[in-house]
Amino acid sequence: MTRYVARRVLSLIPVLLGVTLLVFLVMKLAPGDPAQIMLGPKATETSLAQLRHELGLDQPIAVQYARWLGHVVQGDWGRSIQLKREVLPFILDRYRNSAYLMILAVLLACSVGIPTGIISAIRQYKLDDRVVMVIVLMGFSMPIFWLGIIMQIVFALKLGILPVSGMQSPGQTGLPDQILHLILPAVALATGATAIIARMTRSSMLEVIHQDYIRTARAKGLDERLTISRHALKNALIPVITVVGLQVGYLLGGDILIEIVFSYPGIGLTMVNGILARDFPLVQGAILLVASSYVLVNLAVDVAYAYLDPRIHYEH
Amino acid sequence: MSQAAKATPVVQRGSPAQAGRSQTRDALRRLRRDYMAVAATLFLVLVALVSILAPLLAPRDPIETNLSQRLVPIGTPGYPLGADELGRDILSRLIWGGRISLLVGFSAVMVAMTLGVIIGLLAGYFGRWADSLIMRFIDILLAFPAILLAITIVASLGPGLRNAMLAVAIVGIPYYARIVRGNVLSLREQEFVQAARVIGAPDARIIFRHILPNTLAPLIVAATLDVGWMIMAAAGLSFLGLGAQPPTAEWGVMLSTGRQFIRNALHLSILPGSAIFLVVLALNFLGDGLRDALDPRLRE
Repeated sequence: MTRYVARRVLSLIPVLLGVTLLVFLVMKLAPGDPAQIMLGPKATETSLAQLRHELGLDQPIAVQYARWLGHVVQGDWGRSIQLKREVLPFILDRYRNSAYLMILAVLLACSVGIPTGIISAIRQYKLDDRVVMVIVLMGFSMPIFWLGIIMQIVFALKLGILPVSGMQSPGQTGLPDQILHLILPAVALATGATAIIARMTRSSMLEVIHQDYIRTARAKGLDERLTISRHALKNALIPVITVVGLQVGYLLGGDILIEIVFSYPGIGLTMVNGILARDFPLVQGAILLVASSYVLVNLAVDVAYAYLDPRIHYEH
Repeated sequence: MSQAAKATPVVQRGSPAQAGRSQTRDALRRLRRDYMAVAATLFLVLVALVSILAPLLAPRDPIETNLSQRLVPIGTPGYPLGADELGRDILSRLIWGGRISLLVGFSAVMVAMTLGVIIGLLAGYFGRWADSLIMRFIDILLAFPAILLAITIVASLGPGLRNAMLAVAIVGIPYYARIVRGNVLSLREQEFVQAARVIGAPDARIIFRHILPNTLAPLIVAATLDVGWMIMAAAGLSFLGLGAQPPTAEWGVMLSTGRQFIRNALHLSILPGSAIFLVVLALNFLGDGLRDALDPRLRE
């Protein structure tokens, strides 16, 4: 197991390097001169040339990448053009806000999706299974940003029971107020993931309950509830872990849209505002942070999967 | 990315023409029995027809403003689905918006599938360094959550409908490449491929006549489900201000501007969102139906 984990961690290095290279190159390709954006339209050629030299923009691209990567590794992610402050502490602060949202969304998606999938599998092809599966398909066909707006209309504007947007009400600092602000975006964010987790749990459960050892458990007269909970569930949930891990990627993407809908001050809102303001260091930092955390989540999922299913690392 | 795109690739084995036709007929027969898939297909055909005939069917110019009709509700004479903040007819904008959304969805899938298939065929068939190089690059692309990669690409290319379409297409490439590569790896060891090689068939013939047709079933399913995802992603980019730009009649743009009026004109948000939802739902029903029809084992 240790060797498997070590190998997986080592295999991350080229992927992370590739991610940094892609983020760097993509930002380099972006139209516009960073020096011009920083100094404004009235800047003279001399001051532009001087700033380009200070930023290393007159160096070959490989040298620029090596310098940038060196700074990134040392925690210097540059300064935001728009906010005139260090990028890393700012985006880490915003990322923490997004993390609250995503953790709540993952918990919601698992606590609703897994039981729904199990019940649906047990009741395969019955009316309730069919109804649940249609609802599930509707769940992941719904544009997340539209669902967010509908929830704002219903729960904030019509019923008035939850705040419409933001992270805190003016003048409030307490945790209950923050939690109230998290509910609508977290539910909207969790809907698609819940649908996919329910669907995958159902298919994984169906595969398991048709196995011989489940037939044996039933044949020896074991109670159906015990057969499902003790024998089928444990094995059926192993593939679901991968799906939950994949959903983190979906949530990281959906989070960007949801933060715009709810004006939630997270990494997504920061990123989109940065793109619209052509604040390259901020955008570069935000993209790198989100992509790196996705890579690390995938590693955690792989390790968890190998731990729960020993065949994985034996096969490797 | 759609679930089908990540699903285990399905391989139709054996390739005599007669068997191929019979398999297609069987699949179509199974598809016809799936009422939801049939209803979804009919709905999509209707939406496609309305989109194609937009110049004839739309009652007004989708960008023609009329401030005297600003924010009028559904059912107003001359404005059956109301008007937006500039008095533009919402029905006309929805009809023209469908044209853009379907065009973006289908074009993006075509680009992603074409490039993904070529890359997957090269990696799977030739193997060795080509495979290693391509797969490492694909691993890097897959290290990004799909919508984040699309946003990254748009950040580089600049906002706009064409760039948004290109971005969602690029995001789709790795998934198709993986499906095709997986199938090619299994097919190239099959007897009919080895037989073709033994009789001296050139690589191009083996790839395009023997291997490619046998990877079509999973590709069709993935593509059907992906059109929905790409429509949603492109609308999402427009919603963020990174895709189509106002005053273009595009569903994501309509939703983005309509959101500013949720307190006094709900229909501005509800109608374009419903249009995206219904089209994506229909595509998902059709995709599910196709998957069950092309590989009934999955249904069990």
